[in-house]
Amino acid sequence: MIAALLISLLLSVAPAGAETSSIDVPEIIFGHIGDDYEWHITEWKGHPVAIPLPVIVRSSSGWHIFSSEHLQHGGSYEGLRIVDGKIIDEATGKRPLDISITKNVLSLMFSSLLLLVIILLTARWYRRHDALEEAPTGLAALMEPLVMMVHDMARENIGERDYRRYSPFLCMAFLWILFNNFLGILPFFPGGANLTGNIAITLVLALCTFFTVNLTGTKHYYKEIFAPDVPGFLKPIMPVIEVFSAMMKPVSLTIRLFANMLAGHIMILSMVCIIFIMAKYGPLLSGGMTIVSVLFGVFLDALECLVAFIQAYVFTMLSSIYIGLARVHEE
Amino acid sequence: MNLVTPDAGLLFWMVVIFGIVFFLLAKFGFPIITGSVEKRNAKIEKSLRDADELEKRMAEWKQEQDRMMAQTRKEQSAILREASEERSRIISEAMTEAREKSEKMISETKVQIAAEKESALRDIRKEVALLSVQVAEKVLRREMESDPARSAFVDKMVEEASQASLKS
Repeated sequence: MIAALLISLLLSVAPAGAETSSIDVPEIIFGHIGDDYEWHITEWKGHPVAIPLPVIVRSSSGWHIFSSEHLQHGGSYEGLRIVDGKIIDEATGKRPLDISITKNVLSLMFSSLLLLVIILLTARWYRRHDALEEAPTGLAALMEPLVMMVHDMARENIGERDYRRYSPFLCMAFLWILFNNFLGILPFFPGGANLTGNIAITLVLALCTFFTVNLTGTKHYYKEIFAPDVPGFLKPIMPVIEVFSAMMKPVSLTIRLFANMLAGHIMILSMVCIIFIMAKYGPLLSGGMTIVSVLFGVFLDALECLVAFIQAYVFTMLSSIYIGLARVHEE
Repeated sequence: MNLVTPDAGLLFWMVVIFGIVFFLLAKFGFPIITGSVEKRNAKIEKSLRDADELEKRMAEWKQEQDRMMAQTRKEQSAILREASEERSRIISEAMTEAREKSEKMISETKVQIAAEKESALRDIRKEVALLSVQVAEKVLRREMESDPARSAFVDKMVEEASQASLKS
């Protein structure tokens, strides 16, 4: 609170004409949290150091696969151009079918591969060792509590009867979100992509839960939605409400994870940007603000580590509860 | 840049990659881990239950043992008591029997002694009577020899007296 007051105080002291900053803060922030056709790593001697990524596009003139180098600085290549960060078909002026390996896709591949390797190595430990005789070591000891936490959560929320069927999905969702959350906080390559703060990613995750819930629900679950045991005058209303509520569950899952992670990224980036915004307001102001924003940045980074875990946990727990609700059995 | 519009390309890749990784991990990853750990948990639980059971059984055995020990001790003391009673009974019986026997022997002996004393006295008395008679005869004979009339009379008297004593 004190720091926040200090910030507002210092900002009010700033000269009125200082708004014309040479730093485009929204550009920096959205550049970091958004997607890109190249992986910008850093700036070196005035030249950007970036990894060009493959562009895979099906435009009106067929499939195009080329390096994103050709599209740098607003350049046009094979009738394609980047407008507002997205490739546009120059012939039609519309978005073509674009499945380019963008920064987010590469990060997605990397984190998924990392998860795959880690879990398979863990599984290999259990394959090669007798878990009844030996305590897990190394990677297995690290991953076992996480996996078993989700497994036990599944048992609690879904019930002894069929939690084993759903446990792999919940483990997968939890660890995948956790990995990507932490990789997102990591400020340097290969982390730093804002995957779990991207609505496409969280939407897919939430839809996985949605389909898992609604395609494997019990007869009793559907009966509760379409023919609930309510007084006659409620009979036509209840299915509408129930269907709406079933539809809103994935939406809330999507938005919760997306907004939490996005907000975290924006907050940390804003803190860092303050240092550069204040740089030209004289040594006193910028020095004071640097201390404040570094302290705040550290605090927010620590908070984000907490949030990274909590959001993964919340997503998984809600998913397991939704699945548990769909696995009701008539007593 | 629109943050809330899902990008089709990313959606596509997410579905593909997430799907593949999920398939692989659901088949070769998580079930192996959770299966082993569950097996281990079950074993630990079973071991704990077994240990509990064993402890309970041990306590039961201990109780049984204690009970048996107590019973044995009781039996032992009962046997000892019985034995000592038997012993004292036997001793007292033997003593009474011995006493009776010895009393009987003593009384028999006394009777015998008395009888023998009687007979001895009688013999002595007879002997003394004969001796005194012979002494008297000798004395009388000496006196009578000097007086033949008196001697004849005395002879006759002695004869009568000895015949009378033999008759009685």
